[in-house]
Amino acid sequence: MTKKFLASSYLGLLLVILYAPILIIVIFSFTEAKVLGNWTGFSMKLYTSLFQGGIHHSLTSALWNTLIIGLVAASVSTILGTMAAIGIYNLQPRPRKAIQLVNSIPILNPDIITAISLFLLFVSLGISQGYTTVILAHITFCTPYVVLSVLPRLRRMNENLYEAALDLGATPFLALRKIMLPELKPGMISGFILAFTLSIDDFVVTLFTIGNEGLETLSTYIYADARKGGLTPELRPLSAIIFITVLVLLLVINQRAAKKKL
Amino acid sequence: MRKNISSFIGRRRNWSIPYAFFLVFFVLIPLGLIVYYGFTDNEGDFSFTNFRKFWMQPEAMNTFIFSIGIALITTFLCLLLGYPAAYIMSRMNMRGAKILVMLFILPMWVNFLIRTLATVALFDFLSLPLGEGSLLFGMVYNFLPFMIYPIYNVLQKTDHSLIEAAQDLGANPRQVFFKTIMPLSAPGIYSGIMMVFMPVISTFAIAELLTINNIKLFGTTLQENIYNGMWNYGAALSLVMLLLIGVTSLLNNEGNAKAAEEGGLI
Repeated sequence: MTKKFLASSYLGLLLVILYAPILIIVIFSFTEAKVLGNWTGFSMKLYTSLFQGGIHHSLTSALWNTLIIGLVAASVSTILGTMAAIGIYNLQPRPRKAIQLVNSIPILNPDIITAISLFLLFVSLGISQGYTTVILAHITFCTPYVVLSVLPRLRRMNENLYEAALDLGATPFLALRKIMLPELKPGMISGFILAFTLSIDDFVVTLFTIGNEGLETLSTYIYADARKGGLTPELRPLSAIIFITVLVLLLVINQRAAKKKL
Repeated sequence: MRKNISSFIGRRRNWSIPYAFFLVFFVLIPLGLIVYYGFTDNEGDFSFTNFRKFWMQPEAMNTFIFSIGIALITTFLCLLLGYPAAYIMSRMNMRGAKILVMLFILPMWVNFLIRTLATVALFDFLSLPLGEGSLLFGMVYNFLPFMIYPIYNVLQKTDHSLIEAAQDLGANPRQVFFKTIMPLSAPGIYSGIMMVFMPVISTFAIAELLTINNIKLFGTTLQENIYNGMWNYGAALSLVMLLLIGVTSLLNNEGNAKAAEEGGLI
């Protein structure tokens, strides 16, 4: 009994420490103070000024940039990665191993190495850095994860179905749409979600490929902000909203998964 | 002609060709560029100047050694704190454990820069000084989930009858843990170590923010050099980091293979 109590209080303590900083952000999103940690009475002002934008236009545009880059990078990665997975699955063992090896490089490399290598590529080619370079860089580190989440679905698929469709007169394109894609969809969806998450959370690769034309994502905005000494107060409500959205989403997904099992 | 094209597309292995080109252009060539810049001087001639500079300059070297130290301590602390947590969760019923694992991973969804700044706020709030202590706390705070998750995954899949067998054969709880449970969970420990050590050694923003620019880690040195236009030196330092990571993962793989072998003997 005491053992069980000790065990659960240990987990509880860890969780409290893990959540304390987030809790502080959520609590202090309800006060106006400029500095995080000063309580100047309850107020919703930060929430209203976050949504009215205007004064903090740069934060809103950073948020939009983050979402657009994430969506474009995740979509392209999903298409490129799924095609690649289908191709890799049907390759001879030797080239298959080679591609899979190179595919794992962006996953294993620390992000600062990926960032520096892509930075050197873009400056060597004299490409001016901005939206395009950030998206290309994000596709580079997202696609390997898509490939890895689609490949297992292919292994589980019945090869004969696709062949049968072709034999029955379906064009490769139709067979792909009707047979292959429904089978691969779960892998593609989880690949897309993973890619999107990685993209919106990325900081290092973005910082190195974003150039200095004034383009900002949420991460680089926060970084620049923090280096200036303070944190834009509106980031507090924004983080609180993001956190609570994710919490609710995960709870809903879990609930639905539990229901399905019943 | 049309038929040729459609049969080319119809062969599914050809679908990997666009990605193969993509990988060459965005992964292999950029890595090649790091090597090229690392081994050339400003004029583009082959030389070891950059590495000599790294070896001779105490500043970069000290930062390098200090970063390895911080990464080792962080990894050790994460293992020390994370293993019991993973172990306790692996012993719970599935539903409860699932929710707890989710709770441990959830904070990762908040942008890590914001989390780091919140840690700073927490230290301010408790009026604790910012320095090595806050750096280690922030590192452990950021990377603990990466240690818990793989260990939990392995422990949760272990065959419980092996543990019971050890107990039946008269092993005391300590022996059961060190001779049975721990070796069985070795693959999880190894991947946890990799997942903590590698990112810690290469971070650069966390350290700056947690110590108000007082402590510099190797990642920051890399970033500063590239930012100040010293591409050759920065590339050489990147190669040094890659070497360290290669050696670490090699050691890790070897340990893992050994553990698997020993696990097979049990």
